[in-house]
Amino acid sequence: MRNEKHKKGSPAERRPDFNIVKGSFDRFPVRDSLELFRRMCLVKYFEEGLIRAVESKRVVCPLYLSSGQESAAAALSFVARDYQIFAQHRAHDIFLCFGGEPARLRDELLGLPTGLSRGKAGSNCLQYHKNGLAMYGHHGLIGENVPMGVGAALANGKNTLCVFGDGAAEEDYVLSSLGFASTHKLPVLFVCVDNDLSILTPTAERRNWKITDVAGAMGLGTVDAADDPWSVIEHSRKLSRKLPALINVRTCRKYWHVGVGNDGASAWDRYAICKEKLIGAGQLRTVTRIENAMAGKMRELWAN
Amino acid sequence: MGKLTLAETIRRISAEHLAKNGGLILGQCISAVGWVNGTVPSGVKGVIELPMIDVAGAGIAVGAAIVGRRPIFIVRFQDFMVLNGSPLINYAAKCKELHGRSAPVFIRALASDGLGPVHSGVLHGVFMHFPGFKVCAPMTPGEYMTIWKEFMAGDDPMFVSEDRASFKNTEELKDVVRPRAAITLFGIASTRFQLEEAARLLEGEGVTCNLVHIFRLKPFKIDARVLAPLKRSGLGLVIDSGFEISGAARSIAYELGAASGCTVRALGLADKTKCLCPPYQNKTPDAHKIFIAAKEAIKTR
Repeated sequence: MRNEKHKKGSPAERRPDFNIVKGSFDRFPVRDSLELFRRMCLVKYFEEGLIRAVESKRVVCPLYLSSGQESAAAALSFVARDYQIFAQHRAHDIFLCFGGEPARLRDELLGLPTGLSRGKAGSNCLQYHKNGLAMYGHHGLIGENVPMGVGAALANGKNTLCVFGDGAAEEDYVLSSLGFASTHKLPVLFVCVDNDLSILTPTAERRNWKITDVAGAMGLGTVDAADDPWSVIEHSRKLSRKLPALINVRTCRKYWHVGVGNDGASAWDRYAICKEKLIGAGQLRTVTRIENAMAGKMRELWAN
Repeated sequence: MGKLTLAETIRRISAEHLAKNGGLILGQCISAVGWVNGTVPSGVKGVIELPMIDVAGAGIAVGAAIVGRRPIFIVRFQDFMVLNGSPLINYAAKCKELHGRSAPVFIRALASDGLGPVHSGVLHGVFMHFPGFKVCAPMTPGEYMTIWKEFMAGDDPMFVSEDRASFKNTEELKDVVRPRAAITLFGIASTRFQLEEAARLLEGEGVTCNLVHIFRLKPFKIDARVLAPLKRSGLGLVIDSGFEISGAARSIAYELGAASGCTVRALGLADKTKCLCPPYQNKTPDAHKIFIAAKEAIKTR
């Protein structure tokens, strides 16, 4: 059903090669590309383990999976590692790619006192202040993190990453926060992770405007591009030279809005595309080793 | 130099917070037209004029709070809290319990009376409903200093229900406990300025009453100060400037009744819109209304 809706309402920009920066893969050091892939693997295999834990009824809380969108988070972790982070409800990817401890996230989802918020907050509400990471939790009201990130940037002047989805981009308080950040020239990188779905309603059925147009009209630098991580890195680095700025990243959510089900194959599979790219660059053995190691590690994590 | 008014006290506290604590003051239209009834310091750094972005503005204040600036967030009319409440209720009030990290924002919510359906509201009862807030309604300079010190010493978001009727006040409001009182009147917010007159009206009919002032609404401390006069009179009436149904008066009356075993009634606003024009303004209970309610309570005790 989801894919049929996508076919009906997909804008021309919804394609895997939209606004890709030519040569960005080649310009990125191979070692870093492999690390980027490792971070994508971390999200993928963590969530595969999580799905098994749901099937065996070890995890019973509502879940907001990031798989399918992990390339954006992996890319941002190369650009904004030292930013204070105000992530959205779907933030396993940001948490893991930016260096959060997988075991703490697992424990949170299991409702254990050793979890990120002592097992009280759950999947859509990841808070973490360790290992040089300052990540503030989301409470589930989409886009609520955006004014708070803007307020934090106003208050302490630190570079700030605000991540939200295409649905949250429609919230009045998100739009007015973009304007406030522009007025006060606050150091905020806004990232709209655009999977073209608000639960299951495609963007075209909800609005006739683009968030990049609105943000641009408010004076922010903007880019709209597919989730090719090397392009996202180059776009974001360029934007981050003059903040505030906004990047809209076109992605494909693999699983349901909430829960571990899916409605068939996504419009594209960025993980597979990245893997092929690395293999094409002669990295088959390393890629295989990274995948196997991560799969084993996450199996072990979820076995405990 | 005479005593400070409540407005001057708030302005002084605010100026000191900006100068010494690295604090922030945020709000809409706060740096013009009287600087919020003379409560906002002018010509100092740290006063942030928010655009007309209710909801986002509150979110910005919460963001400033979670990174440690202890902002004073001003909402000039409490009815606007219906819009501004979301980030405060859904984030600031919940994050300490959820994550063990706090968002200490000092919410100055101003009440008025007779200004119509969306500029006359008193919403402290709404904020008492949600876990995570401290809620108070200080009406004197001394009370304001007390709650400010509490805010700075703690880490909870604090909802401060102010009333424009109190800004010129320089006096502290003291409890009055009399022997052989027939009823104890517990005043909340601006109704407290009506208690003495209500007592005089009752006295004229031969009824003696105790007067007890309440400015900390949540947590509401049930101690000897509030219980002893109630138990001696055997009957209580809690009066508030907010709506009576699900409001502060009924909530506190229930707590007092349960703790004392006495009958405690509540008087708040009728379940009607506060219209702009008289006689439909549904105004804060005045001394006469309190007098009538007290007599009714005594008659049906």
